[in-house]
Amino acid sequence: MNRLEDAMTFEEIQSLAKVEWEAFDRSDRPRILVGAATCGRSAGALDVLQTVNDELARRGIDATVVQVGCIGLCYLEPLVDITKPGRPRICYGNVTPEIAAQLIEDYLVNDNPRPDLALGTIGEGAVEGIPGFFEQPMLKPQVRIILRHCGTIDPVNINHYIALGGYSGFAQSLKMRPEEIIEEIKRSGLRGRGGAGFPTGLKWEFCHRSTGSEKYLVCNADEGDPGAFMNRSVLEGDPHAVLEGMLIAARAIGATHGYVYCRAEYPLALERLRIAISRMKDYALLGEDILGSGFAFDIEIKEGAGAFVCGEETALMASIEGQRGMPRPRPPFPAQAGIWGKPTNINNVETLAAVAVILQRGADWYAQHGTESSKGTKTFALAGKIRRTGLIEVPLGITLREIIYDIGGGVADDKQFKAVQTGGPSGGCLSSEHLDLPVDYETLAQAGSIMGSGGIIVADEDTCIVDFARFFLTFTQAESCGKCAPCRVGTRKMLDILERVTQGEGRDGDIDKLHQLAETIRDGSLCALGGTAPNPVLTTLRYFHGEYEEHIKDKRCSALVCKNLVSYYILPDKCQGCMICLRNCPVGAIKGGKRLVHVVDQSKCTHCGTCLDVCPPRFGAVAKVSGQRIEVPEEPIPVSPSK
Amino acid sequence: MNEELAEVLAPYRGRRGSLIPILQAVQAKLGYLPEEAVAEIAQFLAISKSEVFGVATFYSQFRFTKPGRHTVKVCLGTSCYVRGVSQIMSALEQTLGIEAGQTTPDLKFNLERVACFGCCALSPIIVVDDTVCSRVTPEKAKQAISSYE
Repeated sequence: MNRLEDAMTFEEIQSLAKVEWEAFDRSDRPRILVGAATCGRSAGALDVLQTVNDELARRGIDATVVQVGCIGLCYLEPLVDITKPGRPRICYGNVTPEIAAQLIEDYLVNDNPRPDLALGTIGEGAVEGIPGFFEQPMLKPQVRIILRHCGTIDPVNINHYIALGGYSGFAQSLKMRPEEIIEEIKRSGLRGRGGAGFPTGLKWEFCHRSTGSEKYLVCNADEGDPGAFMNRSVLEGDPHAVLEGMLIAARAIGATHGYVYCRAEYPLALERLRIAISRMKDYALLGEDILGSGFAFDIEIKEGAGAFVCGEETALMASIEGQRGMPRPRPPFPAQAGIWGKPTNINNVETLAAVAVILQRGADWYAQHGTESSKGTKTFALAGKIRRTGLIEVPLGITLREIIYDIGGGVADDKQFKAVQTGGPSGGCLSSEHLDLPVDYETLAQAGSIMGSGGIIVADEDTCIVDFARFFLTFTQAESCGKCAPCRVGTRKMLDILERVTQGEGRDGDIDKLHQLAETIRDGSLCALGGTAPNPVLTTLRYFHGEYEEHIKDKRCSALVCKNLVSYYILPDKCQGCMICLRNCPVGAIKGGKRLVHVVDQSKCTHCGTCLDVCPPRFGAVAKVSGQRIEVPEEPIPVSPSK
Repeated sequence: MNEELAEVLAPYRGRRGSLIPILQAVQAKLGYLPEEAVAEIAQFLAISKSEVFGVATFYSQFRFTKPGRHTVKVCLGTSCYVRGVSQIMSALEQTLGIEAGQTTPDLKFNLERVACFGCCALSPIIVVDDTVCSRVTPEKAKQAISSYE
């Protein structure tokens, strides 16, 4: 480690960082930012990056190229931003290597900013024909606090973070007593962003008051909810924000050792964290004597090994200790006896990122956003059948309709909205009657769902609600750790019923049984995994009762999803006798011949849908129906000569 | 002790709570956790083999059979589900002739389910080795695995 840097004051670090940031931000060279978070990479960002570098080298252009995190417009990935000196930054979406090369030629060489390809401009000034980026419908209703740096700074450059106010919140906390820090967080109204919404300041106070010289702080980055990726984006795009929050929390509760528990499925987030931690050490922001204050704290990364239940506090602690990740009863609460029996405080990634900004800008500033009981902003991952998928941040209290329609652009492919699922497998499915509900902790809980960590999945008319509930139960049943009977046995029993219902073998009394099981599991389980596992079933029973009835009584699946409840018919007026379906049917259930109208033998058909997939669209002769019978000939007949 | 393994274990000597990181490091080195390695780990940590197995079998990351040369992971997250990942899984199962959780007889591919990759906005997702393929269709999935040897 460099001793000179080790001895620097925070002010000296800040001035150094500012020099570097300004050299970047006001550079007289063009700057190209490539959105290279996991989502960008999956859409081909690294190929684009390669082309950009090759093209710049080939043309001898001196430019700065930086890989940045995700700005949130995942549906437009890969994203590339180009800034020419003295001009605002221009953001381009759906950039292919070909488009990237074209942009370098057109904009950097020939000074044509290509408004036809641009999404918007960021920063001061305007470019003719290009709107302001943050004026876009997807971005206008958003308030970006947690995500403010994502896609803008170089996430592996600590100086970028510091120059924009980073670590000043921690520097401020060094001048405060722990009680004052806790008071500030309480005043901000911040509640745990991992899902449960427990007031963060109060949680810290419990741990602060616990006696013991050794205390642990854990950042829960085990984002296990399927359909959620907010924490990944923050860790990939702005890891220092989370680490600064950890320093502040550690100081408030008196922790000496910190863990980031991050799932192994997030390799890029883990890499960014490792780099960030080593940069902190270079600046003496970690270690025995942080910034010369005498405060000692260290952070270690623990990689999760693939167990959803480890998102639960006590299971997570068991996993850190190297045991099976099984929850245990509380009390004692982690604040009293956590890791190795020592007082432990666990906060979610987003909570810690919020802590950093609260100390930087003040509790009042933060609390101006949100509602009376749910202050601040929340990040959400918008996915499923929605037009504009991505990562968003909105003030709490915004309605689901604003999120889905204004920001998300409504349901994709002009389909009909059916349900919105919040809170992952612990949450619930809400229907169109709930679209005007404000998104806050209490309102969503009243409706039977939860805010959860922030996944919002939209389902359209093609989703079968009963099968959707079965999907969630499959997940929770598989992830149940097996320690307590209500969860271990109960989720299995519920899943058995749902499987039967979706296979067309639903019986009278199944719905009552689901209700009974759900209540027993909810009330009797040891931890929140079991306690919330019935939510997807309870909410769908409540708001989509008719679909259950239809499956059980009429053996019909109107979304045409449940395989055993659909039938395929070949329409005699459309079939041309081309024999494609006959040849492709894996079970030989189709009879026919050249220029003969084909017939599906319903007793042999396994409902695989191959005939529908292979029937040439210009014929469209295969009909998929549920709960109805189409009258067709029983044996092949000649195709009518008029065709 | 097997030298290769000794090298992997050395940094963890005397460190509390290191069983899971050790299992991860050994699997990263060997590709799976053979029984002999589990015995070595148990000896190294002075705990029983059953305790090591108890922990290793709890977590979905750990494998106990030799994996194929390439791993195809199919995301079964909510967004992928809503966008029809089950058809992609069927297509892959059919093409590879194995079910999820199995390895092809020629040890070329493993087919695995993953709860969620967190790439939901570009779903459905499959990951072949370390390459993430987004907005996958059954056709695209078959194509994605066709170039692997």
